[in-house]
Amino acid sequence: MSTSSRNSRVPALAALAAALVGVAIALVFFVAPEDADQGISQKIFYFHVPIALTAYACFGWGALKALLYLWRKDERYDLESYVGIHLGTVFGSLTLLTGSIWAKASWGVWWTWSSNQLVLFLVLFLFYAAYFMLRFSVDEGPRRANLSAVYALFGVVLVPVSFFAIRLASDFIHPTVFSRQGPQMSGTMFFAFCVSWAALTVLAYALYRVELAGKRLDAHVRDLREALA
Amino acid sequence: MTSYLADVATLARKDLRLELRARDTLPAMLLFVLSTFVVFHFALPQGSGETAAQGLLWVALVFTALLGLARSWAPEREGGVFDGLVLAPCDRSAIWLGKATAVLAFLVAIEVVALPAFALFFTGLDAQAVAGVALADVGICAVGTLLAAMAAASRTRELILPLLFLPLAVPLVVGGVGSAISPEPGRYLLFLALYDAVFAIICWASFEYVVTE
Repeated sequence: MSTSSRNSRVPALAALAAALVGVAIALVFFVAPEDADQGISQKIFYFHVPIALTAYACFGWGALKALLYLWRKDERYDLESYVGIHLGTVFGSLTLLTGSIWAKASWGVWWTWSSNQLVLFLVLFLFYAAYFMLRFSVDEGPRRANLSAVYALFGVVLVPVSFFAIRLASDFIHPTVFSRQGPQMSGTMFFAFCVSWAALTVLAYALYRVELAGKRLDAHVRDLREALA
Repeated sequence: MTSYLADVATLARKDLRLELRARDTLPAMLLFVLSTFVVFHFALPQGSGETAAQGLLWVALVFTALLGLARSWAPEREGGVFDGLVLAPCDRSAIWLGKATAVLAFLVAIEVVALPAFALFFTGLDAQAVAGVALADVGICAVGTLLAAMAAASRTRELILPLLFLPLAVPLVVGGVGSAISPEPGRYLLFLALYDAVFAIICWASFEYVVTE
């Protein structure tokens, strides 16, 4: 019964996410001033950066649940860790996509190795894609949960290590680095950015609850089917 | 502490003895790295310079290590030794440390031949470059052995190991190439040492969960 009471909050959460995303879009396009340097193409900043931050949050959440799983050995945490990493990968892909569009608009190329953040997300994307390969090639059970949890923990360590490595590499791979530092953000720009960030975080959380509810329902139906067979 | 180290030494010696008797991994790794150098000769167009060759050395090293890592748990898996090892009255992390030590010994043995061969075929390596290789070896073996144990537990086995390993090896390649070609290699060597320490601790602490349920 607790599951259904938890799930009853999902529509409200989804509505809140939709409303916030709507407000964020309105603020970004109608209230925040256009960037003097980059013009309209700078608007993607309000989505690209919050999406990237949300992806990090999802990976961190997945790793936290993985740690809890290894500690308490409760199956619930395994599923929550998986769903967190799944959403992190979705948001990570969106970061690559929006970053690529922004790179085309401001630097004229779809991909540039000199943008450290984009390279980091590519490495992370490959790392977490392998997480799914691993997870789906082990039979369901405590063994799979253990392996997934350990690999998820590697991920949170890989983020700072890779970030640092890519910074180091840019010294010998690209001596000239494009600078993304434009003029300082004005108050309204910063406000729009924060609303957009909040909107995407709530959206990610709503998606997390929906996917979790679906996965739990799946497991429940499977149990019932086994009981009937 | 001494009994822990004795366990590690026993486990590592078992792997080395197995290899000395069967001789299936080392010759394969050696032939692989030498064939890779020949492929590089034709892959590098004339005049592409020594820096490109230094970078390719790391491709050869990482893939040779992968070849050895993919086989690293094969004797345990094929002989059904895993359960026995897990039940043995020793700390589980000793199993990882013993295996990582043995794999490190293989990798160093290969490099004793491969690095002079690289110097002969392409370009000489200075002390910093060799130090970079040595430090990266530790990281490759620490992380690789744990991931190989994960891969051994999965259905896809050897197929999945490179996918798990390569994203984690990217920082090692950065450190290794940087220590070979940068005018100030100190930072890169320090970074490699940091990587080794951080990942060795995580692997040491988490290995138990990889082999038990």
